[in-house]
Amino acid sequence: MDRRDFLRAIALTGAALTTIKESKAMSILTQSFQTNNSTTKYDLVAVMGGEPEEMFRKAIAEMGGIENFIKRGDKVCVKPNIGWDQPPEMGADTNPKLVAEIIKQCLKAGAKEVIVFDHPCDEWRKCYTNSGIEAAAKAAGAKVVPANEESYYKPVSIPYGKNLKSTKIHEAIVGSDKWINVPCLKNHGGAQLTISMKNYMGIVWDRGYFHAHDLQQCIADVCTYEKRPVLNVVDAYRIMKNNGPRGKSPSDVVIAKGLFISQDIVAVDTAAANFFNQVREMPIEKVKHILNAQALGLGTMNLDELKIKRIKL
Amino acid sequence: MLKKIRVVVSIVLFSLITLYFLDFRGFLPQSFSFLEKIQFIPALLAVNVAIIIILIALTLIFGRIYCSSVCPMGIFQDIIAWLSKKIIKRKRYTYSKAKTILRWSVLAAVVVTFLFGFTFLLGLLEPYGAYGRMATHLFRPIYMAGNNLLANILSSFGNYSLYKVSIYSFGFFSTIIATITLLGIGFLAWRNGRTYCNTICPAGTLLGFLSNFSFLKIQFKDERCNSCGLCVMKCKASCVDAKNKKIDYSRCVTCFNCIESCNRDAINYTFILQNTKKNNPALTKDDNIKKIKSIDSSRRRFLSATLFSLVTGSTLLAQQTTSKLLPKKAFKRQTPVAPPGAISFEHFKKKCISCHLCVSKCPSHVIKPAFLEYGLSGVMQPHLYFDHGYCNYNCTICGEVCPTGALKPLTVEEKHLTQMGQVQFIIENCIVYNDETSCGACSEVCPTQAVSMIPYKDALTIPHIDTSICIGCGGCESACPAIPYKAIYVEGLKIQGKASIKHEQQEQIEIKDFGF
Repeated sequence: MDRRDFLRAIALTGAALTTIKESKAMSILTQSFQTNNSTTKYDLVAVMGGEPEEMFRKAIAEMGGIENFIKRGDKVCVKPNIGWDQPPEMGADTNPKLVAEIIKQCLKAGAKEVIVFDHPCDEWRKCYTNSGIEAAAKAAGAKVVPANEESYYKPVSIPYGKNLKSTKIHEAIVGSDKWINVPCLKNHGGAQLTISMKNYMGIVWDRGYFHAHDLQQCIADVCTYEKRPVLNVVDAYRIMKNNGPRGKSPSDVVIAKGLFISQDIVAVDTAAANFFNQVREMPIEKVKHILNAQALGLGTMNLDELKIKRIKL
Repeated sequence: MLKKIRVVVSIVLFSLITLYFLDFRGFLPQSFSFLEKIQFIPALLAVNVAIIIILIALTLIFGRIYCSSVCPMGIFQDIIAWLSKKIIKRKRYTYSKAKTILRWSVLAAVVVTFLFGFTFLLGLLEPYGAYGRMATHLFRPIYMAGNNLLANILSSFGNYSLYKVSIYSFGFFSTIIATITLLGIGFLAWRNGRTYCNTICPAGTLLGFLSNFSFLKIQFKDERCNSCGLCVMKCKASCVDAKNKKIDYSRCVTCFNCIESCNRDAINYTFILQNTKKNNPALTKDDNIKKIKSIDSSRRRFLSATLFSLVTGSTLLAQQTTSKLLPKKAFKRQTPVAPPGAISFEHFKKKCISCHLCVSKCPSHVIKPAFLEYGLSGVMQPHLYFDHGYCNYNCTICGEVCPTGALKPLTVEEKHLTQMGQVQFIIENCIVYNDETSCGACSEVCPTQAVSMIPYKDALTIPHIDTSICIGCGGCESACPAIPYKAIYVEGLKIQGKASIKHEQQEQIEIKDFGF
């Protein structure tokens, strides 16, 4: 074998391997987003200037109504961010009004039950109570379940993950027919921003593993878990611009009145990151988990190729 | 009738006190901590003048009803004694001589060691604290296991009204002490009723002394009594001498069992005039203490000297051995972290009797009894550890429930500024430094941003510490995922400080567009 052949052989092997790898990624990408009707009019809807529940109503209507995502008889899980023992005014947790509105719509669409939970960082009873989410969710008709013990979590494998190959996910997600991811948009000391993807860390038991094995990669990895949220609804009504994710004083918070909704988790986080960038400089390249997720084929950061509806109230 | 009232009051108070220790859901309102604050020794330590006066007045009027119906350890012994009678039908008590020397020696030893700053002995022998440890370390795990079983059953039906909880062991030593207390006092109670109260209990000795002068007393009606001895068989304090028709009031806990047992109506509970001049019923607390101290002074000196040399000697020994025996670690906390509101180790160690109510009540599982962290005199006294959580920023429950004033009650604003310890950062252990990947677990939980993330290489951020605004809650230490050694931890403060939190101005930012 002469040198040229040798090089060609190497090049071909490399190419073949790359293709295999790519096709694996492609297989995630090509999974079409799950809706009840075949198409949605828009890939992403962005709303600003209204109250949380009002913005959600507008946005979901543009997405073809909640019925497009929730079927009669579905067991639905709504996963807000309830990570911190902070009042709603701090924007450390998802806005309770938004959570309540989503629950009401799911039940109206015929959902059999709606379950709400999060795996908080602060003491969980205080988080559930002081965030206002437990009371709002119960009043809206949801069941609020605990997530404080490992036995509430089920082992799952993450075959497409790079650093995270398996983890334990809360039974409310594992046992649901559909789940809706309802994060809030905040600064985060380690991950730079916490939006939809980072909100996944509240469905797993062992978060320490994420931090110890490249946080930004593990966040992208966990999003490849086979059961994707049917919707990502980003609450940007209040934005914690500094000292996130917990926040230390009201001076960390900006009232921005934004809401973003999409099935594409990469796109919705990109959009929200751009929105955040107006409050405080945050180049998207710094939010590495969004880049990593695009590389895994979870969605696109190229907002120009998407059908986007922008609504100002 | 008197006995019935006594039994009902006792059962109600005992159930509430025990439930308050067990209740992790906040089922009983927090104000029920007054049940702990009305306990005799805690009230003395807290210098809760109103409670002390009420308890002394009650004793001077009615006798030892505190021991009978308020003290949880007393009622616990009654329950054991009652059970023993249910099982051993022919069980009967007999009169025994008072163990006066033993009682006063124990009390003297407790007082002296306390004055030397060694509260351990008081904490060990004092009834409320001893009962609290039994409740915290022995009954609570059982209660929680029951809760978990029920929660499992209910959640399998989709009912989440109960939730499962982790059952942590709060230290081997305290659990052993609680077990020995349970078995020891339980055994004595099973055999002879209130032996502990009348030989060891320092509160019992003090109140027993006072009850010698109480207005209302149990008394024989000499003309009716035929010395049949029925009452003696019922007396769990072994203080009724039917032959001589005498009652040792220092041991009588006014349970009224003797009155109930008498067929001839020969015992009653009536007003007795003091017949001796020197026994003045209007004694003040100070006078009493002076009296106690005047007793057996040579013995007291001997005991105090022995105990003092024992204590100092073993402290020195312990300090030497611990520094040698402990394996070398990347970090070793030099000073333990005392719970918020402890003011200083000196104040805290003096006042705390290790009832462990704060251990039971802490929602974040962050308070546990110390072993040798505070030195030998602080064994069993609570300190913070961060294995299962960290001190919640807005939580002030430990100081609110503390019955002895060892932990000062703090408002939320005071708590936010109370510095229990200071953060220490070991960059060599940090994940960002070693792996060059993002982490930020420590800063994430930091309520004051004493740990903040500052720009490092590329898009990375690395922890930066500011000890002046650290409150020592341990969030960073608890969250740090670095193995085998954490990269960040809290070093305790012997005198709690004040965090210098600056107030920041709110910026007005208006957002006009989506930004994409």
